Amino acid sequence: MATDLETRPGIDDSGVQLEAATLREMYWQMLRARRTDERAWVLHRQGKIAFHISGIGHEAIQVGAAFALRPGYDYALPYYRDLAFNLAWGYTPHDFMLALFGREGEPTSGARQMPSHWGTRSLNIISQSSPVATQVPQAAGVALAIKLRGEDRVAYTSLGEGSTSQGDFYEGMNWAGVHKLPLICVVENNIYAISVPVHLQMAVPNVADRAPMFGVEGVIVDGNDVLACYRVVKEAAERARSGGGATLIEAKTYRPTPHSSDDDDRTYRPREEVEQWKKRDPLARFQAYLLEAGILDEQAIADYEARAREEIDRAQAAAEAAPFPPPEAALGDVFAPVDETLRAEE
Amino acid sequence: MPEMTLIDAIREAMDEELARDERVFITGEDVGPRGGVFRATMGLYDKYGPDRVIDSPLAELSIVGIGIGAALAGMRPICEIQFADFIHPAFNQIISEAARMYYRSNGEWTVPLVIRSPYGGGIGGGLYHSQSVEAFFAHVPGLKVVIPATPRDAKGLLKSAVRDPNPVLFFEPKKGYRLIRGEVPEGEYTVPIGPANVTREGDDLTVYAYGMMHYYTLQAAEQVAAQDGIQCEVVDIRTLAPLDRETVLGSFRKTGKALIVYEDNRFLGYGAEIAAILSDEGFEYMDGPIRRLAGPDVPGVPFAHSMERFFMPGVEKIADAIRELAAY
Ligand SMILES: Cc1ncc(C[n+]2csc(CCOP(=O)(O)OP(=O)(O)O)c2C)c(N)n1
Ligand SMILES: [Mg+2]
Repeated sequence: MATDLETRPGIDDSGVQLEAATLREMYWQMLRARRTDERAWVLHRQGKIAFHISGIGHEAIQVGAAFALRPGYDYALPYYRDLAFNLAWGYTPHDFMLALFGREGEPTSGARQMPSHWGTRSLNIISQSSPVATQVPQAAGVALAIKLRGEDRVAYTSLGEGSTSQGDFYEGMNWAGVHKLPLICVVENNIYAISVPVHLQMAVPNVADRAPMFGVEGVIVDGNDVLACYRVVKEAAERARSGGGATLIEAKTYRPTPHSSDDDDRTYRPREEVEQWKKRDPLARFQAYLLEAGILDEQAIADYEARAREEIDRAQAAAEAAPFPPPEAALGDVFAPVDETLRAEE
Repeated sequence: MPEMTLIDAIREAMDEELARDERVFITGEDVGPRGGVFRATMGLYDKYGPDRVIDSPLAELSIVGIGIGAALAGMRPICEIQFADFIHPAFNQIISEAARMYYRSNGEWTVPLVIRSPYGGGIGGGLYHSQSVEAFFAHVPGLKVVIPATPRDAKGLLKSAVRDPNPVLFFEPKKGYRLIRGEVPEGEYTVPIGPANVTREGDDLTVYAYGMMHYYTLQAAEQVAAQDGIQCEVVDIRTLAPLDRETVLGSFRKTGKALIVYEDNRFLGYGAEIAAILSDEGFEYMDGPIRRLAGPDVPGVPFAHSMERFFMPGVEKIADAIRELAAY
C-alpha cells in the first residue's frame, strides 16, 4: 500500500470486475453513510443528541466488505464504527436517527442500547454490546454452526486494532484456525484506541502478522481503497466457502474525528497528522476514480447529495417527532418465553 | 479548606501518593497523555513520566494481572478500569487470584493493589456504561470494596487504599465526578478503610447509602425534613467490605426503621446483606419493614431517557420511599 501521505493515492481495481451500476451503488452507500454520520455530529453540536461515535474515514473497508458478502444470508457481527456497513446491508438512516435520539420504535434494541450497537435479526446482523472484542469468539461460534450444518454462509466480524489486545480476539481466532472455520475477521486499524497509539498496543508492526500463530490467512489492505477492500473480502469469502478456513484482514485506515463525541483528540495527536490523513479520504478517492472513469459526473454527484440530504432530513424529522419509549418498556424482554410444547410431564 | 470536585480529589490523592512512594505507579487505558477518559489522571503523565503512568493495552484481564504481579513483587500499582462495566474480563484475576492470595499462601504473599473504576448510571450510558458491580466483589472475602461519596472521603480513602496491604476495589460514582463538590482538608490526611459515617442525624428512620445514592439521599432527607417534618438519619457506608456493622446496627437501634438505597438492580444486591444483618442482629429494635430502594431486576440500565429515568433511583424516589416508611 502507498505510504506517501502527501499525495492522494488512487484506487487499485485490479481483479475487480464490477458493473458501473454496482460501482455507483458503492459510491452512494459511502456517501450516504458519510452524510448521515456528519448529521449526527451536527445534532450533537446542537445539543439534540447526547452521544455519537463516528465511522467517518472507515467507509471504504465497510462498504467494500458489505458488497463482497451476501446481506441477510451471511452473518455479520460488526463493531460500533460500522455505520456504512450496516447501511449497505439494509439498515437505514431512519433507524439510526431513532437510535441517536433514543426513541420508540428504534429497531435494534428498542432504544435500550446506546447508538451504534448494531443488530438486525432480519439481516443476520447479530446484536452487539460495548465490551470490545466479545464478538470475535461469537463470530467463530457462528462459523462453527455454519460448518457443522454444511452451509455455504460465512461469518463476518470486525473490530479495532486496540481491541485485538483482548483475550477474546485470540481465543476466537484460535478456534477459527483449529477448526478451519468460515470466518472473516476484519481489523479496522486506525492506529489509535481512543488515545493509545498502536505501538503501545502491540510490538509487531501489523495486526495481520499474528495470523500465522492462529493458522489462518493474514491479509493487509489499504482500508481507504474501497475496491481493494472489496477484493480481499471477496477472496476471503471464497476461501471460507471452499473449506479454506478463516482470514484475518487488516484494513489500514484512520479516524479523522475524535473517538466519540466525549473525546478531545487534541490531547494525544498532532493536527498535522489528521490533516495528512484527510488527503487519503476514502470517499474523495473513490469519487475521483469514478469521475476519471466516466462512471460518475458532477450532475450525478449533485443528485446523490440531494438524495442523501432529503433522506437524512426525513429520517431526522421522523425521529424527532417520535415519542420516547414508555418507561415501563425498561422491564421487558428479560427472559424469552419457554416453549410449553416441549414440556414432558412425569 | 479548599472546595473541590470528586474527580479533583481523586486526582490529588494519586498525585500525592505518586510523590510519596516510588513504588506507586498507575496503569490503565488512556491514563497517559490523555489523562484518562474522565481526566482522573490528567497531568500525572507529564509530571511523573511514562514509567509511572503507563498506558496499557486494551485488555483488562492483563491490567489487573500485571497489577497483581507487580504488587507481589513489591510495587504499589493503581490500576484503572475505564468503566466498571469493563472489569468483567478481569474477574478471574480479581476473584481467583487477588482475593485469595493471602489466604492460600498462609499469609506469605500479599497483593497491595488498588483497582479504581467509575461506576453507576444516570449518564445516558446504556447497558454497558452504567453498571454497578460492587455486589460481585463485596461477596468475596479477601477484597476490600470502597465507594466514596464526598471529595474529602475520596481523597482520604484512596490514599488509605494505596497504603493498604490488600487488594482494594475503589469504585467511583462517575455521575458525581464533577457534580459532587465539597471541602477537602489541606495537607496530608487519610480516611481509614472500614468505618461507615453517619452524615446526618435523625430519629425517625435510617437511610443507608453509598456513592451517588448517598448524595441523592442527603437531598431527599432535607426535602422530607422541610416538607414533612421527617428526620432521617443517613449512614454513608463508604467501605462496603469489610462492613462496619457497629455503625450500621447502631443507627438502627436508634431509629428502628431502615431504608437501603442502591442503584444496582435489587435482587441479591448490596442492600440485601444490610437488610439481612439488621433483621438478624437488630430484630428487637425493628419498628417496621426493612426496605430497599434499588433498580428493577433487568439486565442493565436502558439508554433511552425515559427508561433510564424509570430505572434509576433519584431524589424524588428516595423521598417517596422515606415518606412511606416513616408513615408505617
Ligand atoms: C472491554 C472494554 N474495555 C474498554 C472499553 C472502552 N473503549 C471503547 S472503544 C475503546 C478503544 C477501541 O479502540 P480500537 O479497538 O482501536 O477501535 P477504534 O475505536 O479505534 O475503532 C475503548 C478503550 C470497552 N468498550 N470495552
Ligand atoms: Mg483503533
